[in-house]
Amino acid sequence: MGASPSISIAILGSGGAGALTTGNSLLEAACAAGWHGLLTRTLGPQIRGGEAAALLRLAVNPLEGLPDEFDLVIGIDWLNANRFGSEIKAGPGTLVISDPRGGDLPSMVTQSGARVFEIPMKEMAKAIPDGRPNMIALGIAGRLLGLTIEQVFAPIKKVLADKGPAAIEASHAGIKTGFGAAAGTDFGKQLAPPNPSSARRWLLSGNEATALGAIRGGVRFAAAYPITPATEVLEWLAPNLAKVGGVLLQAEDELAAINMIIGSSFGGTPALTATSGPGLSLMIEALGLATSAEIPVVVVDVMRGGPSTGIPTKSEQADLNIAVYGLHGDAPHLVLAPQSVGDCMFTTQWATYLAETLQSPAIVLSDQFMGQTRAAIERPADVAFIGARTVATDIVGAYERYALAANGVSPMAIPGTRGGQYTADGLTHSQRGTPTSGAADHLAQLDKRRDKLDNFNYGDHWAAVEGAGDLAVLTWGSLTSAAREAIARASADGIDVRLVAPRLLLPTQPERLAKALGGVKRILVIEQTHGGQFHHYLRAHYDLPAPVRVFNRPGPLPITAGEIYRAITEWR
Amino acid sequence: MSKTAGNPKVSNLNDLLAIAYQIEIDAVDRYKMLADQMETHNNPELVKVFRDLARAEGIHGEEIRRLAGDFDVVAHARQIANFERSESPEEVDLGSAHYLMTPWHALQLSLKGEERAFAYFTSIVETAKDPKVKALAAELVEEEAEHVNLVHRLLLRYPKPSDTWADDLDPPVSQE
Amino acid sequence: MSTVDTQRAYKQADYKSDINPIWCPGCGDYHVLLSFTRAFAQLGLPPEQIAVISGIGCSSRIPAYTNCYGFHGVHGRSLALAAGLKVTRPDLTVVVASGDGDGYSIGGNHFLHACRRNVDMTYVVMDNHIYGMTKGQPSPTTEPEFDTALSPGGTKVRPFHPLVIALASGANFIARCFSGAPNETAAVLVEAIKHPGFSFVEILSPCVTFRPDEKAWKDLVHPAPVAATTDPGKAARRIMSDDGFNIGILFRGNRTPYQPAVGATNIELSELEKDFEL
Repeated sequence: MGASPSISIAILGSGGAGALTTGNSLLEAACAAGWHGLLTRTLGPQIRGGEAAALLRLAVNPLEGLPDEFDLVIGIDWLNANRFGSEIKAGPGTLVISDPRGGDLPSMVTQSGARVFEIPMKEMAKAIPDGRPNMIALGIAGRLLGLTIEQVFAPIKKVLADKGPAAIEASHAGIKTGFGAAAGTDFGKQLAPPNPSSARRWLLSGNEATALGAIRGGVRFAAAYPITPATEVLEWLAPNLAKVGGVLLQAEDELAAINMIIGSSFGGTPALTATSGPGLSLMIEALGLATSAEIPVVVVDVMRGGPSTGIPTKSEQADLNIAVYGLHGDAPHLVLAPQSVGDCMFTTQWATYLAETLQSPAIVLSDQFMGQTRAAIERPADVAFIGARTVATDIVGAYERYALAANGVSPMAIPGTRGGQYTADGLTHSQRGTPTSGAADHLAQLDKRRDKLDNFNYGDHWAAVEGAGDLAVLTWGSLTSAAREAIARASADGIDVRLVAPRLLLPTQPERLAKALGGVKRILVIEQTHGGQFHHYLRAHYDLPAPVRVFNRPGPLPITAGEIYRAITEWR
Repeated sequence: MSKTAGNPKVSNLNDLLAIAYQIEIDAVDRYKMLADQMETHNNPELVKVFRDLARAEGIHGEEIRRLAGDFDVVAHARQIANFERSESPEEVDLGSAHYLMTPWHALQLSLKGEERAFAYFTSIVETAKDPKVKALAAELVEEEAEHVNLVHRLLLRYPKPSDTWADDLDPPVSQE
Repeated sequence: MSTVDTQRAYKQADYKSDINPIWCPGCGDYHVLLSFTRAFAQLGLPPEQIAVISGIGCSSRIPAYTNCYGFHGVHGRSLALAAGLKVTRPDLTVVVASGDGDGYSIGGNHFLHACRRNVDMTYVVMDNHIYGMTKGQPSPTTEPEFDTALSPGGTKVRPFHPLVIALASGANFIARCFSGAPNETAAVLVEAIKHPGFSFVEILSPCVTFRPDEKAWKDLVHPAPVAATTDPGKAARRIMSDDGFNIGILFRGNRTPYQPAVGATNIELSELEKDFEL
């Protein structure tokens, strides 16, 4: 049996079965043992007791995409599992563990040619006092992956720490039973051993990484209005901001949240909020205010299926348009997009730095896939991007808040500074800040706000530009990881492919993109939208100097590395 | 509501001098404010009227300062001259201004201001115990009476405008 | 409220900027501006320690006419701007200025929650029962029979009672003033600013252009018959039954202002990472 670089597992269950807890424990156990991996989940619409599936991918090297097909599918029960048919694909190489009392096998199993091995998890659990089927499932999965009982038990012990020894004992017994039951079948697959590495590693979600990046960038105030799938950013910030002397305020709505962070920033405290598409729509007016009044703020949009209320629990990339074009008037601002769970931290930190330095709002386009996926990552390097606002102090004479400066950034007087009194305004204003309708002032300030962004040197972080080849894959956001994996596969087949994934979407970087695409003969644009927003954005602002194919599909299903690989190989 | 409720207390001559001074200074500020409003709203005739009135009140203020001699009437005024209820008698009513107002309107406002000052000093004459205070108050009453007369004479120059004085064929402009 | 700079005394003129207001001559807001500057001078606060935050409308133009820090934000959101500012800068004195349209219509939701949240600030609404800046539409406090272009024959919709709403939502200080008595108003503003928590001051401020009938207000206003109460139940009865022209401080609450600790702790950022370490 050859060793695989990665193995993917789906664990399904409903009605409080605890499939997600099983998946999480498995991820933690595997990562503690030195592997990398990610966990995401898919759910029915109920608030509790619904059908749920934990989707894991464990690997020797870091990766962040879902597979085309799962190697192992464990059905604690199959109630309403057909819902997951398009997301959980099985094939002849898949091992399916099924509880004979768990309901009818879903068509995604019966039509796949997968091998089914029955283990009566519910019955086994009943035989254990306080036993639960999901612990049996955990034991099964652990054994099939080659982990030990103690390795698999360790995360559960932590979760049940305050539930008492009886619960802990019951879980241990369940895991042991599952281990035993799994001995009856041969998985046929094995995860290659983990890389021995002294590198420090983290296990966290994209939303948590986003929140940490904000604090590292200098954010000390957050306003919060809950919305799926962004709420966890705010929930992590609530206690952790307080630890560093910051404040989180719950707002009555997104309109209040965005204005609160503008107020905080006006007072000198860097500020952030996190939302999703519907919330961003509400915040657009105030983002224009921040742009015009030149007040830095960071708004994280953890994108979800749209339009309107859309699919709150699924990922999509269709908020690009509103982020880039949504402000009325000519209102250049910053738009950035992280490319992985770990990159959520870097990009949010960098966005905070850029917002503060350039006195502009920054929208960070994360998405549900990165936001709510837990992944093991190498601890990111510390970067020196900490908010660096140009502040006016020791003011002598008349103070002009919006004075025309060489780099377009005029020193900002913070309230409390004598002599710096000015009134920030969304009305078009003069250099002093007084409202005006005159042509010269309007033009001068429009130029100032555009040029300060355009003339800044963003360095190499503006995009991931990797590899060489006649074919370039042009994508962004969470698809970057899937593209990387696909390109690695193509490379193994002798096909050289370039990857260009902008992290900075606004201001556009036409010269840099031209350089990245130099000599390219085919451009494959990949995006998770229905309307091709990224493609249109590229056409509007950049030269695409070679024939272009677009592979776009809206959510809810992620675009996998396998699909991108096929798109690459089909275009020769 | 008592006419004198909230008026600053006059205990002695210095108090009265300070209050009289402050009344004139408040009037200067008020007329300047109105002159600025008229300038912003393109009524140059009224800019001149209000600046002239401000200048006149300034002269009255200077006279009182001279009357006070060495006594620092300015500092004392800041301490005690607080009209809590209504405004200082010669602070003409801002609410009666209008961008199309005519000199007649401005002088009507000024007249009311002078009449209020006249009434105020008259009440001090009536209620003061200190004979010096009474005497000075009586002088100030005479002063205000002269001012009232002056305004009446000025009003002869400016007839009451017709009923269409506030007509503006242009509609208001929404600025936001 | 910030500490008084005892080194220098401030005059009323120190709080006024050199910018001439665009308000129509005769507008009540000129008096309100006087009340602001008089109140600030009485409090002796350095102008740079005061922030005047506003939304959109004639009343909301006031920040630039003061010599304090100002923010002329978007329509209806001044209270949110102010909350974010005050909570992170408790050292500043924050005064919020709005009108009946900006504050009670589009700003209505934020009004409820600002009263509820009780952050230490003073909210001044210049109520003229009309949308002045946009040329005369009815506002939430306009009489139902008042004829306008947008509501021929009147809205037929009952106006609401902002002071009762403020009381019910938790405002810690409630007063009604009349712009035409700027010294009285200044005295109330001084009290409002000094009073901890969310202070709400409604100033009846006639609109000379679209509500010339409001000239009559100066004869309709009168002092409230009783002194302010600290009992919300009593205050509710009084406010609900008054004629809308009771002037004075009507309610003083004793809620503790909402102010989270700011800058009190500061641990190493690496401590925050412990959550994630494998």
